[in-house]
Amino acid sequence: MQKIVLKILRTGIVSEPPPAPDEALRRLSGRLQDDVLRQLGRALAIRHVDAGSCNGCELEIHGVNNPYYNLEGLGIKFVASPRHADLLLVTGPVSRNMEEALRRTYAAMPAPKLVVAIGDCGCDGGIFGESYCSRGAVSNILPVDVAVPGCPPDPAAILRGILTAVSVRRS
Amino acid sequence: MNAAVPARRAKVDAAGWLAAFEQAAQAGGRLGALWASDERDRAGGFAVHGVLVTHEGLLWLELAAEGETYPGVANLFPAATRPQRAIADLMGLVASDLDARGWLRHGAWGARDFPLRRDVKADAQFTRGDARYAFVPVEGEGVHEIAVGPVHAGIIEPGHFRFSVVGERVLRLEQRLGYKHKGIEKRFENLALGDCARLAARVSGDSTVAHSWAFAMALESASGFEPPARALWLRALLLERERIANHLGDLGALGNDGGLAFGLAQFSRLKEDLLRLNARLFGHRYLMDRVVPGGVAGDLDAAGIAALLEEAARLDEELVALRAIYYDHPGLQDRCINCGRLAPRTAAALGVVGFAARASGIAIDARLYPGFAPYDQLQPRIASHRNGDVAARIVVRFEELFESLKLERRILAGLPATPAAAPLPPPAEGARGIGWVEGWRGEVIVALEAGAGGRLRRCHPHDPSWQNWPALEHAVIGNIVPDFPLINKSFNLSYAGADL
Repeated sequence: MQKIVLKILRTGIVSEPPPAPDEALRRLSGRLQDDVLRQLGRALAIRHVDAGSCNGCELEIHGVNNPYYNLEGLGIKFVASPRHADLLLVTGPVSRNMEEALRRTYAAMPAPKLVVAIGDCGCDGGIFGESYCSRGAVSNILPVDVAVPGCPPDPAAILRGILTAVSVRRS
Repeated sequence: MNAAVPARRAKVDAAGWLAAFEQAAQAGGRLGALWASDERDRAGGFAVHGVLVTHEGLLWLELAAEGETYPGVANLFPAATRPQRAIADLMGLVASDLDARGWLRHGAWGARDFPLRRDVKADAQFTRGDARYAFVPVEGEGVHEIAVGPVHAGIIEPGHFRFSVVGERVLRLEQRLGYKHKGIEKRFENLALGDCARLAARVSGDSTVAHSWAFAMALESASGFEPPARALWLRALLLERERIANHLGDLGALGNDGGLAFGLAQFSRLKEDLLRLNARLFGHRYLMDRVVPGGVAGDLDAAGIAALLEEAARLDEELVALRAIYYDHPGLQDRCINCGRLAPRTAAALGVVGFAARASGIAIDARLYPGFAPYDQLQPRIASHRNGDVAARIVVRFEELFESLKLERRILAGLPATPAAAPLPPPAEGARGIGWVEGWRGEVIVALEAGAGGRLRRCHPHDPSWQNWPALEHAVIGNIVPDFPLINKSFNLSYAGADL
């Protein structure tokens, strides 16, 4: 126990300030009213679905939970059930074998709901493209509010995408 | 054949095929990879390819199929079961001992559509087929099923687990994978070589260096090209950094799943530090597309070497402190010792590879044997343990971390002064190549044949997850359901890598 406490004290707090939202990432706007976004922005619940990625994006989504990015410190957390989620974080490309599961996960979420597509493959199918078994971009299946490019996008970029989705649009 | 690892290739008939597999099974060999190719446009039929890993190196066997059938080898090598099902789904070839349920085909295409055949165009679309699947039922008083997935309750890849349990105890686990199948093998045949290397780097993102290197090794073997010495040493440096990053991440996650959230915070901090240094020195946090056919993209200068040495010293110190905490923690020990035990005999029978094999008393590591360059000069020490439980897989990870840091230092001290890359001559049409690399999870094998016009005719990337997924079904037997996440994490297998 002593060793653990000492290690925690020596490590200190390494968390960094969050990135600012970036309107360039927004694909759809006006889906949610500003007052709803204000509420969601303060305590957001995220459900993640890997719809066919290479698992690189998952490594970076794990990254946003590390002490540097400290997602939970912003009032945002990943939840185990779509029924508890406000935002669906999807990596792709969407394989045909995952298409139905992705649709059902989205359907199980209570409205209002947001969708953020992660990574080049989530944005446009990436190197895998569309084929007999790949539907490509997440937006081919679901309405996508924000899309974050990158292969994989780093945790700061993912965090920026999430914060953009719940930020109130500046006119 | 011309390759960076000892490898031979032979065309065999059905009798020779079976004899070779039988002999390999008796001599303690294992199945490295199994796939099929469509030869109807030149030789008349289909072919099945098997790579056996023997004491002499790799043996690549090619068998002309009898129409759409061939002698199965799952009775000799259980690891053949799923590849045989994948061959049936993609190429329509039926093994004599085939489990006829679709593996990669979940109804996204019909039972008579075979997308990997050469007369199927790259943009072909199929009518949906039957998606139903018959899990093996377990019957008896009090037995019930728990169905989990494909979408899991965390940041995890998709797959389905069907548990048959009595009370909390697991009687049987049946995995159903293939959800991430996105046609990688077909894609290889329709991309330019440079894009093929990018595709290989994305077979399994967490093993991007291992897959990129095995692919580059295979392509260089087909071209009869030997990369400059510095390229090989830098590749080894990147491969060890991939091993360190993944082991750090896993040790944190294992602590967390064992109830020690402190471990996750500490190890994920160390991993993030490492990834940031990767980005600074090599231009990518996970080192994607750094290993390229012909060598390595980018190079390392004196300042970079100094930064890596400084990082290694710091990591060594941090790891000693964290290891002492993990090994002294009663709660973690209670969760991990004797949990999810994969007995050495079971591991050997299943042909398990990588650190999971080494944690179950099987001393295999392609860095040691065959010791592909530059590991023949680096003299890595193999980590091993006999208990085969979650604790053993933690101990092996710690030992491999310390060893990788030693290897990093040896590499940085001995980096040859050649260029880091050289132009790779394109392989001649029909040239074959093979690559074999010990990634952090286990051995990655890539086999390919060059086609016309700077394309690949066929490429099969084989991730070690193929062999190790069935081991998880065995390791979980008799454990309680709440320990499954911990046991699963202790293997940390790739869904993407085996779904292709």
